[in-house]
Amino acid sequence: MARSDVQLMLDVKAGDEASFDFLLQKYRSPLVNFLNRMVRDTATAEDLAQEVFLRVYKARKQYTPSAKFTTWLFRIATNLALNSVRDNRHQRMGISLDAPAAGEDSPPMELPAREMRIDEHMIERDRADIIRRAIWSLPEKQRAAVLLHKYEEMDYIEIARILDCSEGALKSLLFRAYETLRVQLAPLVTQPAGQVRGGGGEGRPS
Amino acid sequence: MKCEDVSKGLIAYLDQRASSAERRDMEEHLAGCAACRTRVEDFGRVRSMLNELPAIEPSFGFDARVRQRVAAEPRRSWFGWFAPQARFALSAALLVALAVWVVRLPSSRPVAMPPVPITASNVSTDQDFDAVKDLGVLEDYDVVTNMDALSQLVPAKAPEAQKPNSNRSESND
Repeated sequence: MARSDVQLMLDVKAGDEASFDFLLQKYRSPLVNFLNRMVRDTATAEDLAQEVFLRVYKARKQYTPSAKFTTWLFRIATNLALNSVRDNRHQRMGISLDAPAAGEDSPPMELPAREMRIDEHMIERDRADIIRRAIWSLPEKQRAAVLLHKYEEMDYIEIARILDCSEGALKSLLFRAYETLRVQLAPLVTQPAGQVRGGGGEGRPS
Repeated sequence: MKCEDVSKGLIAYLDQRASSAERRDMEEHLAGCAACRTRVEDFGRVRSMLNELPAIEPSFGFDARVRQRVAAEPRRSWFGWFAPQARFALSAALLVALAVWVVRLPSSRPVAMPPVPITASNVSTDQDFDAVKDLGVLEDYDVVTNMDALSQLVPAKAPEAQKPNSNRSESND
């Protein structure tokens, strides 16, 4: 019989290193994907995912199964991701206007996401890239809510606990997030896959 | 139900987690509101569109790096098994015990003193003497200068110590 995540964590607490390895194998991919979609950088996402597992391990002696294991795991991940995003934003804001211009090899500095219209970039970018950028354009908390709701398929109570808000506030957060995505992805929403190039760019009124 | 109420229940409706009453209210409103009907259809398309985003796999060395960082974690000593509050309490108790032990360190006080009649004068003198004698590190000038007088109060000459005031006044002169 398969052990539950809580039981695995209790076994880690009791000193069973193999159970920690089992949890690592089970959640490495969901965590890296979640963090990658949160922080927009694969290397940073992997660093943060490692940090999540390390914190889980360090906290094993104090672990008490008061909530689902995934709630605890993704709460750590979400907090780390939000801190990372905020730190990076501050760093970007700190870039001097007198700094040397970006060279050919370095990626161009991105415009603030809310001012970026998806249809302006449609010609150069493929469909997945547009979707990825639409997710990145969401405010951090809305982004986390959508990722946990859509990709981790968590229930409202669990997501609300992770984001430290009420269930009602979460539903409102999700509605606003999907409404923003609806506007951002309007060119794709109105056209089926494979007809992106040259598509119209009329955004729907929010 | 009004259009502004749709925002509160639309996500649960699409997730099929709305109650039967909420579902009925939503469907009644959608039947008569083309704008909300379009929104519901668009939300459904957006949600299925998010499935197109490819997942990534952690890099080859990811697991090894996690294990390396975990292995680098210092293993806890026996003290670390206590909860933080218990650790603090234990530390405080040990500190108090240490303080008590230091204060009650074996002194050079004679074990058996000959019986001396207790008077107000010799009690205070003996206490002064014992206090000075126990403080081995005290190098106060007054103590050093009074040492001769105090040395006369050793147990062997205890009967004579009944006249401490005269000794002290002599040495102080």
